[in-house]
Amino acid sequence: MGGKLVRHHLFWPLCVLGALLLFNLLYSPDFFSLVLRDGNLYGSLIDILNFGAPLILVSIGMTLVIATGGIDLSVGSIVAISGAIACLSISKGTDQSSIMLVLTAVGASVLLSLVLGLWNGALVTVTRIQPIIATLILMVAGRGIAQLITSGQIITVSNPNYEYIGAGSLAALPFSIFIVAGMLVLASLLTRRTALGLFIESVGSNANASRLAGLRSRTVILAVYVFCGLCAGIAGLILSANVSSADGNNAGLWYELDAILAVVIGGTSLNGGRFYLIGTVVGALIIQTLTTTIYMIGVPPEITLVVKAFVVLAVCLIQSEAFRKTLKLRWKKRHYPAEQEVTRHA
Amino acid sequence: MLNRKYVPILVTFGLLAVMFAAGSFRYTGFFSAQVLFNLLIDNAFLIITAVGMTFVIVAGGIDLSVGSVIALTTMVSASLVEQHGWSPAVVIPLVLVMGATFGTIMGAIIHYFKIQPFIVTLAGMFLARGLCYIISIDTITITNGFFTKVAQTKIALPGDSFISINVVIALAVVAGAIYLAHYTRFGRNAYAIGGSEQSALLMGLPVARTKILIYAFSGFCSALAGVVFTFYMLSGYGLHAMGLELDTIAAVVIGGTLLTGGVGYVAGTFIGVLIQGVIQTIISFEGTLSSWWTKIVIGLLLFVFILFQRLLSERRVSLKT
Repeated sequence: MGGKLVRHHLFWPLCVLGALLLFNLLYSPDFFSLVLRDGNLYGSLIDILNFGAPLILVSIGMTLVIATGGIDLSVGSIVAISGAIACLSISKGTDQSSIMLVLTAVGASVLLSLVLGLWNGALVTVTRIQPIIATLILMVAGRGIAQLITSGQIITVSNPNYEYIGAGSLAALPFSIFIVAGMLVLASLLTRRTALGLFIESVGSNANASRLAGLRSRTVILAVYVFCGLCAGIAGLILSANVSSADGNNAGLWYELDAILAVVIGGTSLNGGRFYLIGTVVGALIIQTLTTTIYMIGVPPEITLVVKAFVVLAVCLIQSEAFRKTLKLRWKKRHYPAEQEVTRHA
Repeated sequence: MLNRKYVPILVTFGLLAVMFAAGSFRYTGFFSAQVLFNLLIDNAFLIITAVGMTFVIVAGGIDLSVGSVIALTTMVSASLVEQHGWSPAVVIPLVLVMGATFGTIMGAIIHYFKIQPFIVTLAGMFLARGLCYIISIDTITITNGFFTKVAQTKIALPGDSFISINVVIALAVVAGAIYLAHYTRFGRNAYAIGGSEQSALLMGLPVARTKILIYAFSGFCSALAGVVFTFYMLSGYGLHAMGLELDTIAAVVIGGTLLTGGVGYVAGTFIGVLIQGVIQTIISFEGTLSSWWTKIVIGLLLFVFILFQRLLSERRVSLKT
């Protein structure tokens, strides 16, 4: 029973998240307190969810891509491009109060992020370039494109309708949480209630064998890259709406790394063939909680990266089978050499 | 008869020549030995980093920590020399050992605990960058006599041109790495591991030692690049070499190394760096183009190159069968 629990893929991620939250609780007892003010909930937990929303969204898309054995390095750039396009079209608009303006802007960036996802997918499937390089192209060029759109400036908009996407609230909770929940439910339903999830895992295990078994491997791979692009695009909207501005240079910087990290912490192997959406969400929450914790305990911001490095390493080591075996072996050798001898003879 | 395996390198070299020629026709003053040498002077640190990265990628791994290690090296050197008054003769070997140790530790974690290189070196990237900020969040300017002297030394060459000591170091690293890759057991083993780690292991090659040494070598190269970068910038700063890992990987890929491992040349990487340098030079000569065009052009170039390699390798496969 215990062994089954430990072997569950969510066990270690949840342990880490629990440990982080416990630490926060011990450090500041009012960490879990939620305050209802003006019909909105406030509190550290809500902050974690709110600020973590774009990362969770990007990570969900990334999970599916990694499940096919690929990787998408371009998500950070797509985040920047999507925010830039939306803010540009809103700042160009004449009637700022019109809801159509925001819808057009959102539509334009969603469409563009789909196209960018399609570009990545086409490079991987049609020209059969390795995913890491195929998406590296857009990662490098995308940053330039985002700066080109914003002309190297930070575009600021003041449109309450647009702001709502990133900073508004619905039923006392931040609106962004609902977007993320919606995408998560969509992804879960599509992958776990239809055969699509099985297709993705099958393609991730062996794309060629899947094709020979009658699966349209290429279509599946193309679809996950498009979905990943869509997730990154929406995350870009949330991110830029939250601060009402678009910064081609810094928006979504290092998002690809954080997202990949979230996926790996969540138990999905970079080799593909298996994926855990909930694990990814937990992974992204761990990263966001860690950031919040570091800020809260007043660690100087310059050390943030060092702490992050050690936590990343610790989480990965805990999950590494080889590491756990080594540790176990050490422990046994040191304490019960006689007992080991007995079990071997028995 | 021309060996097929050299075709990608020759094409890369051809592209460099065409770009340089195009620049020469378009801009007055572009066609001179000095512009060519400036490419080397401005990209010496990138050449050294990319050489280390080539080995890592040839062996099927990746090293994201290179940019941060460069920043850390500049920071440690600047701090020890300027604020603690250490002698450069002690500091430079120290930072080189530090870089190699950093790489060794990452390599050991990657190999023994079987964690993906991407994640381990990512953690290494965070760590090194973070350590910079712990030392100081401000720029530390270097006024030490030895560093300024090396930085200002110009080695005169015929035709009124000159190179810096950095260029000599970079060229020495390239020559040494070519020897290491093609004429030593270590190099052979690196290619073998990149081709198939399983097979290399079954053949009895020292996979563990080679893999760890490769990351140590990359760490060493990054640290050396950091020293060169310190000569070049004469300062230590935690934001130095931000995002350099991407430029490095791009240079290696443009140089014809496959990210799947097993295929690639140090010489190709060298040309890959120069191509990036030429793009930047052309953009600065153009004057009206903004810096983001560099990124877009490099992205496009990456695309063209990878596509070309793809076609080439496909043709090779179809010829075989």
